[in-house]
This record gives sequence, structure tokens and C-alpha cells, in this order.
Amino acid sequence: MALSNVLHAPAAGFNFDHAARNAELEGLFDAQIPKPVKTGTTIAGVVFKDGVVLGADTRATSSEVVADKMCAKIHYIAPNIYCCGAGTAADTEKTTELLSSNLTIFSLNSGRNPRVVMAVNILQEMLYRYHGQIGASLILGGVDCAGNHLYTVGPYGSVNTMPYLAMGSGDLAALGILEDGYKPDLELDKAKELVRAAIHAGVMNDLASGNNIDICVLTREGVHHIRPYQVSQYKDKRKTKYKYGAGTTAVLTEKVVPVKLEVVEETVQRMDTA
Amino acid sequence: MDSVPVNGVLRSRLIETTIMALEYDGGVVIGADSRTTTGAYIANRVTDKLTPIHDRIFCCRSGSAADTQAIADVVTYQLGFHSIELDEPPLVETAANLFRASCYRYREELTAGILVAGWDRRKGGQVYCVPIGGMLVRQPVSVGGSGSSYIYGFMDSNYKPNMTKDQCLELTAAAVSLAMERDGSSGGVVRLASISKDGVERRVILGNQLPKYSTH
Repeated sequence: MALSNVLHAPAAGFNFDHAARNAELEGLFDAQIPKPVKTGTTIAGVVFKDGVVLGADTRATSSEVVADKMCAKIHYIAPNIYCCGAGTAADTEKTTELLSSNLTIFSLNSGRNPRVVMAVNILQEMLYRYHGQIGASLILGGVDCAGNHLYTVGPYGSVNTMPYLAMGSGDLAALGILEDGYKPDLELDKAKELVRAAIHAGVMNDLASGNNIDICVLTREGVHHIRPYQVSQYKDKRKTKYKYGAGTTAVLTEKVVPVKLEVVEETVQRMDTA
Repeated sequence: MDSVPVNGVLRSRLIETTIMALEYDGGVVIGADSRTTTGAYIANRVTDKLTPIHDRIFCCRSGSAADTQAIADVVTYQLGFHSIELDEPPLVETAANLFRASCYRYREELTAGILVAGWDRRKGGQVYCVPIGGMLVRQPVSVGGSGSSYIYGFMDSNYKPNMTKDQCLELTAAAVSLAMERDGSSGGVVRLASISKDGVERRVILGNQLPKYSTH
């Protein structure tokens, strides 16, 4: 139990005190105020004839260092709904997990598959409530009884729906490919190739996007999450194994001290399994 | 909307725009451009800023995309509930007052400029303006958004009372096109709607079909 909670329980809901304090302090310091880590990304989605194709790169950066080369940016929301996340990695991860939990409970209660608009509305409500403090830009795609849907939800809670979308730091590069190549009612192969090309443009032209490309195809029949769809051509082979073999460190002495435990009290509780 | 940047990239999406609504005998005509910007980037070039609130009541949104979407959702719920309780179609004035109530109470936190337009049995076609700050005023013609500055003169000289529906549609299309020509924050396509006793008719005028105005 954290000591800070001993005196009073933390108030429910989100606390904006620090955000207000940071705003006040911004002008006062000479040194730069530490910024939360921006995770570069290229994510894209396209609605095609039979469903939706989502794509993402797999690089997670921590300033100039690649923190994760095989990061999963296409998150599971429901059997028929997946979500790509750009922005602060922790925010996108937790927001999509929360959404997924809520929709699972809904499914169990109602016996229905969730609809994409429901997911969008839940996300919009939550992100608007936090007034942009949750840095999540999400592309939601899914197939339900009402058709094939693709939505984007911004960090402040604005929603847009379009047949093709791109978000993240590489979105301008990806959008160029999408604007040029998109046609209504594409076939599956063309749609996958379009999304792959869009993410590839982001990978090539944005430093913060890179490594492999993941694709997720959603149709009425089911979901095909292909991870990775395209492997980075710049993968380097390790020159040697960096694992130390057994016996590398010499053992000088060995001392075994048994810890004596006594049985102080024994209680038996009957479990009623009838 | 100047907000605390949580990380270097986050910026709220704005509907700096051109929106317009005018009354004619028997209904209203509303029009808007289709551009949503995040800084200098056009986040959505085919936005629909004409949002239905009820069967015969629409609102035109300008300001912060998130704020106006949230307010419109709240008012849609409140008006729908009110209408079911009354068991009759709601008045445009009621919808306008609901917008004003939210926009005025939360005036410090919100950036929303809204035009409420619709038709009801009691007063026919009506246009109400709810600008930033939460004022409410009924006007026969109203323009809003950043592009509106460029077309006040056009509206003042070209609007005449008792125009027909088609004249109103033409005027709205012309005015929004002119504003889009001059205002960097407005562009895309022109979305039009006409609301009357018989229902709602929606129309889109694509970029290449816009009326052409050229000074040179």
C-alpha cells in the first residue's frame, strides 16, 4: 500500500492539478520541461469490398533509440473489431484494453457481437472527458451487421469516418499513397497492397516509423491478423551468440543454510461442493 | 483552441469554417464547407458539419470539432427525450435554447459557434445563432466560422426576404464558395441541406462543380 494513501483516499476521477501546474511553470524555467515520450507511428486503414484492412508499422521509439522493434500496434477490441493506435504507447494500450473489456462485458450480457459505432462512441466519450490528456489517436475498423466501418478518434474526442485513413507521425506519407491509390470496392489483394504501400511510405519517409509492417484483414468470415506482413529489409544478423555458457562464472564456495519452519496453527475449512 | 501541449504532436482539431443558414417561406436552407484542420494539416477534407439534431432540426458546427460533436450529442439526447415526453415534434426554439444552455454554462471550457436551423409547425422555418460565449438570437440569415468575415457584404447585398427555396440554395452555394476561395481554413466540398414540412433534402457540390469566381 503506497504511503501517500494512508492519510486520505485519492479522489475518484481524473486529476488535472498537475496539468494546470505544468502550464503555469512552462514559462518560468530556463531548462526544458521534460516531455512525455512521443512514439512515432504510421497506421492506416482502408474499407474494401468485403471488409476492412488495417495496417501499422512496428517501431516504438524512446527519443532516438528504438525501444521495441516488433511492437504490436493493432489491438484486439472484439472478434469483429480491431483498433490501430498512435500517440503515447501507454495511452493507446490501456484505452484499447479498457474498451475491449467493456465490449466483452456487453457481449456477455446481451449475447450480441458489439457494433463498431458502439466502440467509437465509448472511445469518444472517454477521450472527450479527459480533454486531450490521454494522448491516443486511434483508427478503429470492424465488420458488423450494419456493414464495414472505419473510424478515427482523435485525442480530444473528435470522430471522423472515411473509407481510408492514416494517423501517426507518418500519416502524411501514408495518406499520399492512399489518396492516389484508393478506389471504392477494392478487391482484397489490391486493398492489402494499398495498405502495405501506405505503411511502407511512412516507414521510408518518417524516422519514427519503421521495422516491420503488420496487416489485419477483417471480413464477415473472420479476422486475419498477419504479423509481420512484410519484414524489414534492413534486419541485421547478429555476429555471435551473446549468451554466456554454463560454467563461465567459477563457483568458489557453496553454503546451504536450511530455514527451519514450525507449524504453529492448523485449521481445516470444509468446502461445500455439493 | 490554445491548449496545453501534452506532447509535441497533440493539437485539437478545429472546424475553422464557413457555415451559413437562411430562412425562406416554408423552411430553411443551410450550407457549410467540409474542412477540418489540425494546425496546418487538413485532418478531414470531407467533413459533414451539418448535423441532424431531430427530424426537422439541424445544426451547423464551427469551432472545436470535439466540443461541438459532444454538445450536439448531448442536445440530440435532451431534445429526443423532451420530444418523446411531449409526444410531438420539438420546436426549433427549444433546440436552440438547449444549445445555448450548454454553451453558456460551460463558456470558459468550450469553443463552439453553432447555427441551429429547422422547421416546426408553430413558426415555420427558423434560424438561431449561438456563437462562442453562448448568446442566442434569431436571425433570418446567419453566417458563422472563420470564413464568414469574407461574405458579410455579399450576404447583406444579395439576401432579400421572401426568396424561393431554389434561390436560397443558389445563394448559399455561391456564398460558401466565395468564402472558401478567400479563407484558407475553409475548403473541400459544399454541403447543402434544405429543411421544410416535407422533410430534409441533402446535396453535395463537389470541387469541380463549384461556381467559379475569378478576379483575374
